[in-house]
Amino acid sequence: MSSPIPDPIQAGLARGWKVIDGAAQEHDLALAADVVVVGSGAGGGVTAEILALAGLTVILVEEGALKSSRDFKMREAEAYPALYQESAARKTLDKGINILQGRTVGGSTTVNWTSSFRTPPETLAFWRDHYALGGYTPEALAPWFARMEGRLHIADWPTPPNENNELLRRGAQKLGIPTGLIRRNVNGCWNLGYCGMGCPTNAKQSMLVSTIPSALDHGATLLTRARAERFLIDGERVQALDCTLLGANGIEASGRRASLKARHWVLAGGAINSPALLLRSNAPDPSGLLGKRTFLHPTLISAAVFPQRVDGYAGAPQTVYSDHFLHTQPIDGPLGYKLEAPPLHPVLLATTMAGFGSAHAETMRQFPHLQGMLALLRDGFHEDARGGRVQLNADGSPVLDYPLNDPVWDGARRALLTMAEIQFAAGAHSVQVAHESAPRYASWRAARQGIAALPYRLHAVRVASAHVMGGCMMSGDANGVTDPDGRYHGLRNLSVHDGSLFPTAIGANPQLSIYGIVARLASSLAAALSGQAAPAAGAA
Amino acid sequence: MAALVLAAGGGLYRMTHTGQAQPFVLDGEARAALRAIVPALLAGALPADPQQRAQAVAATVERVHQTILGLPLATQKEVQDLFGLLALPPARRLLAGVTPAWSEAREDEVAAFLQDWRSHGLGLLRTAYQALHDLVLGAWYSDPAHWAAIGYPGPPEALS
Repeated sequence: MSSPIPDPIQAGLARGWKVIDGAAQEHDLALAADVVVVGSGAGGGVTAEILALAGLTVILVEEGALKSSRDFKMREAEAYPALYQESAARKTLDKGINILQGRTVGGSTTVNWTSSFRTPPETLAFWRDHYALGGYTPEALAPWFARMEGRLHIADWPTPPNENNELLRRGAQKLGIPTGLIRRNVNGCWNLGYCGMGCPTNAKQSMLVSTIPSALDHGATLLTRARAERFLIDGERVQALDCTLLGANGIEASGRRASLKARHWVLAGGAINSPALLLRSNAPDPSGLLGKRTFLHPTLISAAVFPQRVDGYAGAPQTVYSDHFLHTQPIDGPLGYKLEAPPLHPVLLATTMAGFGSAHAETMRQFPHLQGMLALLRDGFHEDARGGRVQLNADGSPVLDYPLNDPVWDGARRALLTMAEIQFAAGAHSVQVAHESAPRYASWRAARQGIAALPYRLHAVRVASAHVMGGCMMSGDANGVTDPDGRYHGLRNLSVHDGSLFPTAIGANPQLSIYGIVARLASSLAAALSGQAAPAAGAA
Repeated sequence: MAALVLAAGGGLYRMTHTGQAQPFVLDGEARAALRAIVPALLAGALPADPQQRAQAVAATVERVHQTILGLPLATQKEVQDLFGLLALPPARRLLAGVTPAWSEAREDEVAAFLQDWRSHGLGLLRTAYQALHDLVLGAWYSDPAHWAAIGYPGPPEALS
């Protein structure tokens, strides 16, 4: 049946938005604008709106398709291939980590779980101390965060947490571990719980329904199903961008190409695809850091069986967190971790739970009684947690080499212990951590001994990531791929505006860090390119 | 050793099939291997009735096939190499320890090979196991027909 929800994308198309579907082209394309923005996620969406409002002509390039609420049917079988990089099965080089990243108009903001945190002050302090980013103070960024919070309706979430999140709060409270409530970028949320498959009600204020429609209403052009293949570089300037247009399945090249020209270029393809495009383009790399220091918040997972129903698929997916274990040791000491709860859906759960056959089937039959917990390790601060490196496959596609080493395994062990302890404190009957050798533990006593003794090595521990950061790190000295304004060292007309700028992991879900920091960078860029101060986004 | 066999298996498979960067093909012994692996991974979830069971296995093989066709071409090639390996009788016997042809293999033999690869000393075989795990279990639980058995009501009808 068709959705009763009005679809703002269909309405925009009907009133004449300039949207070019690369898959529908029968000839090669040649397009030009003041600025070409590569990538339509958190960084590209914010940038496109600010530049378009400043009166600049903008082309926004996206590898994924334009999907909207009428397409978002809350089914994993459709959502993962349509909306995620590599069908939500993107892996690091040694396949030790599974990476969730969006690949659709709106990027990861179309499929994220709406958790909104300002950049933690201790992260900014580290950047100021180690990367000469003196302008990155909480005070200097506060107005930019406030502006984007207003733009995207980021606010306290008034509805009580679902049981999946409530159990994190309850277990932590029993142990004296403080928790907080997560702010969300939603407006009129129905509390359904399917944010990860595209919001079916347009309540989530992703780039898809906020900044991108605004940019298109102000004359921007959106080019979809176009893979940015390489920049054509002449000396210190990008001259053109060569794009491969994809077929209707979004996988194979259609045989058509698009050649784009611009005065200025903004790269916002995310922390794997942005460095990869520059590597394919043989871009200058004076710092030698292009594609390096890529961070993931390597994430550990624990499931628990409760006597009561949890229904982890229902309700706002992430509403409770704890930063307690980010603060129990120095920021550059043993890796700290943030605790959150993930939404549980059949495919995500079935593929995450180790083992197979009758034991796996038995776990799945307890689905309504399962609670999930996540621990996100804060990488990039410890001297030996320097993250990964983006490389290119033979066909030019990117792959992230992220070696899992002792500081990560040490953090993994502590994180799994913490989660199991909290789950038992909350009343779990049993706990199953995502590890190939872990049995189902029936008590905290058994879990404490068992988890401490598990082997911590590649492929034994299930590690995931939904937060890719770094690879084009900014710095106030020569040791950066960009300067503090996101201007690329070695290319005068290229800026980087996405999470790849971050010189460490954030230590929190990164979307609001990208929104706020990029709003500042894009406003400076708009002023520089247009010769006048940028108007406030959303004011028009 | 395994790396060499895997490379050889993939190379042979691609030589006897089409050139590079082509969509995944599931045929012959590769399909027979998947048909043998599905019941081992899904033991306890498949229906008991032999006819329903055979239908469910066939449908899951097709769902896995469709899932693979949705992956990037570079990944499809990796999966092609994995199935190329499984399709080679010497690799089946030496690396998987499955003596009879896939169509004759018993479920316990297949389960033993999967357990072996799950914690194998060679990372390549561990990742092959994990790929099969994720493909088959993901395909099964993505099917709305299998949601009632795990107590999942599915998304709200009015919007889906």
